[in-house]
Amino acid sequence: MFPSLRYLFPLLVLALIAVVSLGGGHETPVPLRAYVGARIIPVTAPEIVDGVLLVRGETIAAVGKRGEVVIPDDAEVIEVKGKILFPGLICTHSHIGKVQGGDGSSPIQPDVRVLDSIDVLDSTVEKARAGGITMANLMSGSGHLLSGQTAYLKLRDGNTIEDLAVRNEDGSMAGGIKMANGTNSIKGSGGSPGTRGKSAALVRAQFLKARRYREKLAQGGDDPPERDLAMEALVEVLEGKRVVHHHTHRHDDIITVLRLKKEFGFKVVLHHVSEAWKVADEIAEAKVPCSIIYLDSPGGKLEARDLEWKNGAELEKRGVLTAFHTDDPINDSRWFLRSAGLAVRSGMSRQKALEAVTIAGAEMMDQADQTGSLTVGKKADFVILNGDPLSVYTRVLETHVEGKKVFDLDDPRDKLWAEGGFGAGHKRRASGCCFTR
Amino acid sequence: MKIYSLLTILLPLAVATASAQVAVQAELLYPMTGDLKPIEDGVVLCSKDGKIEKVGPAGAVPIPEGYQVLKAKVATPGFIDAHATVGLSGILNLDRHDQEQLEKSAPIQPELRAIDAYNGRDPLVKWIRQLGITTIHTGHAPGALVAGQTMILKTNVPTITDPEKNTLRPFAMVASTLGPDGFGSGGKAPGSRAKSLAMLRETLLKAQSHLKKRKEVEVGIIGKVDPDLRLDALADVLEKKVPLLITARRHHDIAAALRLQKEFGFRLVLDGASEAYLLLEEIKAAGVPVLVHPTMARPYGENENMTFTLAARLHAAGIPFAFQSGYEGYVPKTRVVHFEAALAVTYGLPHGIALAGCTSAAAELLGIADRVGSLKPGMEADLSLFDGDPFETTTHCIGVVINGTVVSEVAK
Repeated sequence: MFPSLRYLFPLLVLALIAVVSLGGGHETPVPLRAYVGARIIPVTAPEIVDGVLLVRGETIAAVGKRGEVVIPDDAEVIEVKGKILFPGLICTHSHIGKVQGGDGSSPIQPDVRVLDSIDVLDSTVEKARAGGITMANLMSGSGHLLSGQTAYLKLRDGNTIEDLAVRNEDGSMAGGIKMANGTNSIKGSGGSPGTRGKSAALVRAQFLKARRYREKLAQGGDDPPERDLAMEALVEVLEGKRVVHHHTHRHDDIITVLRLKKEFGFKVVLHHVSEAWKVADEIAEAKVPCSIIYLDSPGGKLEARDLEWKNGAELEKRGVLTAFHTDDPINDSRWFLRSAGLAVRSGMSRQKALEAVTIAGAEMMDQADQTGSLTVGKKADFVILNGDPLSVYTRVLETHVEGKKVFDLDDPRDKLWAEGGFGAGHKRRASGCCFTR
Repeated sequence: MKIYSLLTILLPLAVATASAQVAVQAELLYPMTGDLKPIEDGVVLCSKDGKIEKVGPAGAVPIPEGYQVLKAKVATPGFIDAHATVGLSGILNLDRHDQEQLEKSAPIQPELRAIDAYNGRDPLVKWIRQLGITTIHTGHAPGALVAGQTMILKTNVPTITDPEKNTLRPFAMVASTLGPDGFGSGGKAPGSRAKSLAMLRETLLKAQSHLKKRKEVEVGIIGKVDPDLRLDALADVLEKKVPLLITARRHHDIAAALRLQKEFGFRLVLDGASEAYLLLEEIKAAGVPVLVHPTMARPYGENENMTFTLAARLHAAGIPFAFQSGYEGYVPKTRVVHFEAALAVTYGLPHGIALAGCTSAAAELLGIADRVGSLKPGMEADLSLFDGDPFETTTHCIGVVINGTVVSEVAK
């Protein structure tokens, strides 16, 4: 609950007035910035060699060739010749911000919200901004069959999770739910499953229970079911309002997820999917998106032995919506663009690899209408690079979230997050009100 | 010039057999000698006994008939991973099956030989070989006060049957770890930095007297001294036969390593050295080389203050260094040494110096520069071929030659 709605109401009125005055065509109260001269890679549209990106407040107002985009007189013109403008990177699977989920008490904990654990001042969040990441899905781990509700964050400046949260239409914080199968969630003690068969049975029992809970809710009447936080979350899953982000590696585990999806009809994104290349046809047929990881070598555990770089290319061939993720700290957020490089190295097209670090992730988080490409009307979430996004030598110079610069390599404090050094592991100091650079 | 170029294009059409001598022709050939500059349209001829016969521009080094010619955009000396655990820390990461890099039963075990622990058939050895790495300095990992020995060998050795023949150094260094990573587990000593040093000094003192006895035997003062696996290995360190490799991440651990070196006079190689940028003058004055941590090492715990610019700063300070894949407990189970060097370039290290850090300079640091690390007549013919800048993520390694024999032709 907010402290009081009475305080909010006047704010809403003020906001309305602001919108109305904008519509009236009077002097604009929002800053207008024109980034001029860069090579622009919008991702969902062809590259522009000498382009203009016009940002009005939080929003992209125009993208196009120099000369074709009208730059209003009152716009601040920022020369970015020789640089690249690229959409802010989107990581569909990250553990920054010291995110935590369920504890050791049970294998399935849908009531647990990771948003209640995240430290947005942690250095990992700053490092993600330095890596060009503007939106991330913060998740709990894979040691449970279901470890909690995930949190979609825009990496805005801010001191609280509320400042960074992506919001649903009803104002609630957006996120999915984290599930896992295979080795990590098989523990054989403390109520955890000891086998794959038991893992699936436990999950199915929970979803059947959630189905009954939902039916009871639908019946309404005088005897509604008592509120059950776990069941409420699973009902959202059953209704497709909360996406299942499912950790899975081995081919048989991947198929198990597809089987459960079929039975319960939830929306699912497969994560990691080390053996995707073995069952790529089945994944394509199920029309399930994949968020995959690139590691510099296979193995490290039995079920990642057969991880192959060609996963991206094989999924692309079959038209599977594919994104990449950092799994930070597995891959530090500052190396995220390397994943696109490795994907292209192993046969994926440049276009699909660039989509996989931007728009594809936005689609998987149901935010593609808001972010993920440099498109008029979307939020001004972008990075300024000093070279091609696929080159290992390329560095992120600036990161902008919703029109606001949240990382600037020229700022010595930000440079520490970008390169490391003494104190780079310490958290950022909260500011009195809002963090300003 | 033009005629010669034409000839080199036509000559490869000559029949080549698997046993033919190998010639490598590259648009950019990096011999990694002198000024480290590449030769445009360069040629390397390999001899029948696996050595480098000739190196030069195609115009000056014609390829004789009958050679198997490998062409590439770029060719370099086979890459050297100056510190790894590959072959000991296997792909599956299963204790008691393929994790041989660390034995925690006692804090000081310099008697553990890498040759007794290495599995050259582990898939990760093939993985790095196909990516262009031909020589590795591998062995016991960081993680114990004295973890054991390391060795140097080529990545085409499936089984060590003859340590002298199969390796460049069957006993290369003794690996030691300062700081919490080297503490004992379950309450076992050492449990603090000061205790670590006390234990090390005490053991080195014992090794000193053991060495003294060994020398007395040599000159006939005493008849014999019983062999002691532990003390003999450390006596080799004190006799400067092999260096002591000390993994030290924090500045005070690095300082402790330098202090120890001063007291006992061994050859010190600093490993990891995340905070070395705080002690550049001291490290330089001590004449100690650094195996710089992987650029993509994880910045947590003892590494929290690491910087991607460390290699560039060591270079600027004139401190010899080389790149390493290091040790990983989880994923990626091995790093790829030139991927790490590449990112050092992104963060300020000159490209040629980074290449040297996984070829010629790595060979110098490891004491094997007379055999590998550069392309000169008489050196062992180890080469890696690429379809572009070897450091670019999108470039493929398209061929690998070890001792004049093609060991990989897949594009990876």
